[in-house]
Amino acid sequence: MFHLAFLVPLFPLIGSIVNGFFGLRIGKKAVGWVACGTVAFSFLVTLLMLGQLLFTPAEERLFEQTLFTWMAAGDFNAAFGFQIDPLSMVMMMVVTGVGFLIHVYSIGYMHDEYSYYRFFAYLNLFMFSMLLLVMGNNFLMMFIGWEGVGLCSYFLIGYYFEKKSACDAGTKAFVMNRVGDFAFLLAIMYIFYLFGTIDYTEVFHAAPEKLILGAEPVTIITLLLFVGATGKSAQIPLYTWLPDAMEGPTPVSALIHAATMVTAGVYMVVRCSVLFNMAPFSMSVVAFIGGGTAIFAATIGMTQFDIKRVLAYSTVSQIGYMFLACGVGAYTAAIFHLVTHAFFKACLFLGSGSVIHGLHGEQDMRKMGDLKKHQPVTYITFLISTLAIAGIFPLSGFFSKDEILYHALMDGNTILWGMGVTGALLTAFYMFRLVFMTFWGESRVDPHVHPHESPKVMTLPLVILAGLAAFGGLLGIPLVHGWHALHNWLEPVLHFDMASTLEHSKHLLHEVGRHAPHWEALLIEPEENIWIEISLMLLSLTVALTGIAGAYFCYVKKPGLPDELIKGQWGYDLVKNKYEVDEFYDATFVEPTIQGSLLLWKKGDAQGIDGAVNGVAQILGWCGQQARVVQSGFVRNYALFMVLGFIMLLFIMFF
Amino acid sequence: MESTVPLSHYLVLSTTLFVIGVLGVLVRRNAIVVFMCIEIMLNAVNISLIAFDRYMNLHTGQVFSFMVMCVAAAEVSVGLAIIISIFRNKPTVNLDEFNIMKW
Amino acid sequence: MEHIPSPTVDLVSLAPVLVLSVFAMMVLLVDLYVKRDKTLVIFISLVGLLMTAISAFAKFDLPVHSFNDSYVVDELSVFFIMIFTLSSALAILLSIDYNKREGIRMGEYYSLILLCTVGMILLASSTDMIMIFLGIEIVSICLYVLAGIRRSDPKSNEAALKYFLLGAFATGFLLYGMTLVYGATGTTKLGLIAELIREEQIASKPLMLMGIVLLIIGFGFKVASVPFHMWAPDVYHGAPTPVTAFMAVGPKAAAFAAFFRVFAEAMPVLSPSWESLLCIVAVLSMFIGNVGAIMQTNIKRLLAYSSVSHVGYILIAVIAKNSLGSSSLVFYMLAYAFMIFGAFGIVILIGRKENEMLEIADYSGLAYKHPLMAISMSVFLLSLGGMPPLAGFVAKFYIFSAAIKEGFVTLVVLAVLNSVISFYYYLKVIVYMYMKEPEGEFQISLAPMTVFVVVIAMVGTAGLGIFPDPILYFTQH
Repeated sequence: MFHLAFLVPLFPLIGSIVNGFFGLRIGKKAVGWVACGTVAFSFLVTLLMLGQLLFTPAEERLFEQTLFTWMAAGDFNAAFGFQIDPLSMVMMMVVTGVGFLIHVYSIGYMHDEYSYYRFFAYLNLFMFSMLLLVMGNNFLMMFIGWEGVGLCSYFLIGYYFEKKSACDAGTKAFVMNRVGDFAFLLAIMYIFYLFGTIDYTEVFHAAPEKLILGAEPVTIITLLLFVGATGKSAQIPLYTWLPDAMEGPTPVSALIHAATMVTAGVYMVVRCSVLFNMAPFSMSVVAFIGGGTAIFAATIGMTQFDIKRVLAYSTVSQIGYMFLACGVGAYTAAIFHLVTHAFFKACLFLGSGSVIHGLHGEQDMRKMGDLKKHQPVTYITFLISTLAIAGIFPLSGFFSKDEILYHALMDGNTILWGMGVTGALLTAFYMFRLVFMTFWGESRVDPHVHPHESPKVMTLPLVILAGLAAFGGLLGIPLVHGWHALHNWLEPVLHFDMASTLEHSKHLLHEVGRHAPHWEALLIEPEENIWIEISLMLLSLTVALTGIAGAYFCYVKKPGLPDELIKGQWGYDLVKNKYEVDEFYDATFVEPTIQGSLLLWKKGDAQGIDGAVNGVAQILGWCGQQARVVQSGFVRNYALFMVLGFIMLLFIMFF
Repeated sequence: MESTVPLSHYLVLSTTLFVIGVLGVLVRRNAIVVFMCIEIMLNAVNISLIAFDRYMNLHTGQVFSFMVMCVAAAEVSVGLAIIISIFRNKPTVNLDEFNIMKW
Repeated sequence: MEHIPSPTVDLVSLAPVLVLSVFAMMVLLVDLYVKRDKTLVIFISLVGLLMTAISAFAKFDLPVHSFNDSYVVDELSVFFIMIFTLSSALAILLSIDYNKREGIRMGEYYSLILLCTVGMILLASSTDMIMIFLGIEIVSICLYVLAGIRRSDPKSNEAALKYFLLGAFATGFLLYGMTLVYGATGTTKLGLIAELIREEQIASKPLMLMGIVLLIIGFGFKVASVPFHMWAPDVYHGAPTPVTAFMAVGPKAAAFAAFFRVFAEAMPVLSPSWESLLCIVAVLSMFIGNVGAIMQTNIKRLLAYSSVSHVGYILIAVIAKNSLGSSSLVFYMLAYAFMIFGAFGIVILIGRKENEMLEIADYSGLAYKHPLMAISMSVFLLSLGGMPPLAGFVAKFYIFSAAIKEGFVTLVVLAVLNSVISFYYYLKVIVYMYMKEPEGEFQISLAPMTVFVVVIAMVGTAGLGIFPDPILYFTQH
């Protein structure tokens, strides 16, 4: 069955070609069938391979399929090949499975679009690239997919090109991604330089023997890889493109900017776990960037009124969690959260799309409210996913987030753990703020708009995704050793022998006449403590409930309380005492946070990073102006510059 | 006794001529004069070629200098043709009047 | 009694040059007897190029040295002859419809392209500085005329004048450099120079070093590297579009072949002294080419500046100077030929008689009117930018790995940075095609030959990107 691996990316490619070239001729219905059908076939093939992989003994679960030698130059060899192992399997399932549902949903959502076929051609092309990314068996294959998904996401963000902002957002996304790609390409070059190969199996096999733990080469490689990941996965400081990317159609936001592409960075880090394990410094960088992003993006999410932008910041924040997990060495937890996040965030985005669809394009939450009676299915599924992302037992997000927090604490770093817990509190708050503002309270909908539930083709994927979001946690049941299915599943890929690596490093250091530092601490495995785990679970549940309660008080019990506080209007009836609690809560917590995060958003986000991007553009423009003076069009000037160049070269040669 | 001239004299002469040619290209505006200055550069090269030949008792340089002359002649014919065809459209040979294309 | 040693005349190894020269003459003769319809002339030229390509394989047991070591047939030259004949054939095919449209009805046009190709073959095969000089001049003189072939167009005139004056100026420097190297070593043969400069006292002569600097200027001008690039945007802009495409590929490849032979093959011993110079030239080319391209609004000038930056990448192959360097050089030029001819093919297709549609804004909304053309253009541009898995990416990767092997890490980092920057302006064109409303009407008549070139280029760009291995194998053996 594994020899069918090449079919998985091939189907979407065919779909993309058919829709791209003949889309206008074959009609809307056929376009939808082609797009969804090809992805469905990919999903089926993936399922078949999953079946076979399950029946393969755990240590033999690695299958490589080389289609042909892509480049061979001297001793350098890169194959156009695929690798099927537990890790890529998980990703393939997520990509094809969630991807299929989103394709189906898009049929309904994009139904009235003029260039329907163009949308599906891009979407299928994206699936193709994404599958190359996760299935490749070497770094160059990953890079092909990496660039491909970037390009598709660029086209899809700019899909509504009539809007200038969409165009700008697309370009911004592409430019920011290029920064990351630059680092990634350098990392690949460096890996090639050190190992003479870029094949995963060979590199990860040779790494413990060739590299010294914690030395510069491995640290540089991993940092470069991580910079690449921050670009694609929208982490500090390269995250600002993601909220802007919400200019694209909502299914795109769900598929590319929530479930799959933006998590490619996490996949890459996990794939290179061997290298990261050998670079403790890089690991801390990953953990702190991840943790920092988790909090930072969450605070911004609290101030937004555009429903999709809230979800976008939430995505940034959740991916921060995944990196936090990677940084503390809990790769399984990272992938676990990646999977559950794909479920609930895809559901949330599609739900928001359903809301926007029902309100004929309205995205501002201040013009929503009380939608639960108009859109019951959307509401229920949205609520389930929100509970999942907030981390309420027994929904999937509870398990995955809790596992990350547990590992962060076990790693011995309370700061990181604190970041995680704070992030969880904020997440629960802003997500329920979103739910309450959209579905509860009084309707603030424009009276001319009559909200309606979306068609079946859109609600069915929502229901399925909500189901997955609810029960996805079963993949990794904590506490009982051996029940964590995902952990056992990924174990062969993530296996890392620290002791023998240390031996090799010591040996290598002795060869160059240096003493190995004290590495014994690295060998100590944290003891599994069931009571800590249980108390942590209770704690995070409390934290999540606190966040929800906060949101409830602010946006349901007393809507617009923050505003009232500023206006200084005080009630004096019996209910007042209750409110004093609220106000205390508000004054000490909500108000400063909102003010602070507004400040962060305005200064940090808008000025700091956009400023840097614009600054570069301005410098380039200035250079261009200078070039105009030089390139004056006069022959004699050109001759003069040749002579000056000659003098410059002479000067360098002889001095 | 045969009187001798050291090699360096020839080289200095050739370099001086070359620099004169370069400066001419840089400062003159008339296309034909600029072109003549380029010819001076080529001839400066010929002088040093012949000087090296005589100095080292070789013959390659002489052949080379013939080649240079041939090529220079070919360049002259093409160059003048280009200048004439330009002159037909715009009756001037002032280089500073040709900058439609820039930046 | 002493005998005069007979020269090693080996006409078989000279076969490509002879065949092509004969065909070039034939084109001139036949042109006298045909009137307006140049089909026959074009046919003869294409047959000539085909025969040349075949005759390049006349020699076995490579390398064969002949004419007292001044001419060589080796793998490098054979492969370059393939690139030259391919690029000249594509240029002629591109010209057919363009010349009809623009009213260029001179049979000499085709003859000049063939003669220029003769010069390129000589340039890539010679191992004697005199021959290299002759080769460069044959190529240049043909190009001066070709650039100005539209005699009534002031832009074409100006391009020819600028190219001619600066080209002759650069020739002066090149010649002076050759003379000084000759003075320092006493020979013009590259093989002998390579042996002689192993001796410390020759290698360290100021004459030699001065000669190297002058040679860099001469070659640097021919390949259009910074700071000797300034002619390129203007000449590319003013020359007829098929000639621009031709100039950007064939002559540049030939100059690089000679560049490689002179520096990497004859003077590797002296590399400490020329390496840093070439590094500076390469880095400057990349940066200034890219910055210049970002500012452009004219597609031909944009491609001209981008070709300057590509020169920067290709120079890295010369600097790497190992065998991987030469094969990556060849591969890059081949890939570059496809990308450039494809892009210029689209530029020609979009233009029409009254309006050549050269502004980037003219491409607005192309994707909605002519999706296939927009896709092809995007593929060519993305490949130029180095998007995997297209030819441009493989070529770049190949050059970079050759350089990394020799330890030029900083250079590669800068090159990668530049290829990232370059995406910005290639993307600009794509943005216009896909994300802007059409401004005016496109009146595109799909000229069959031009479309044919675009299809070939498309196949080449995608094929070399996805299945580069056979060609890579061929470049190495």
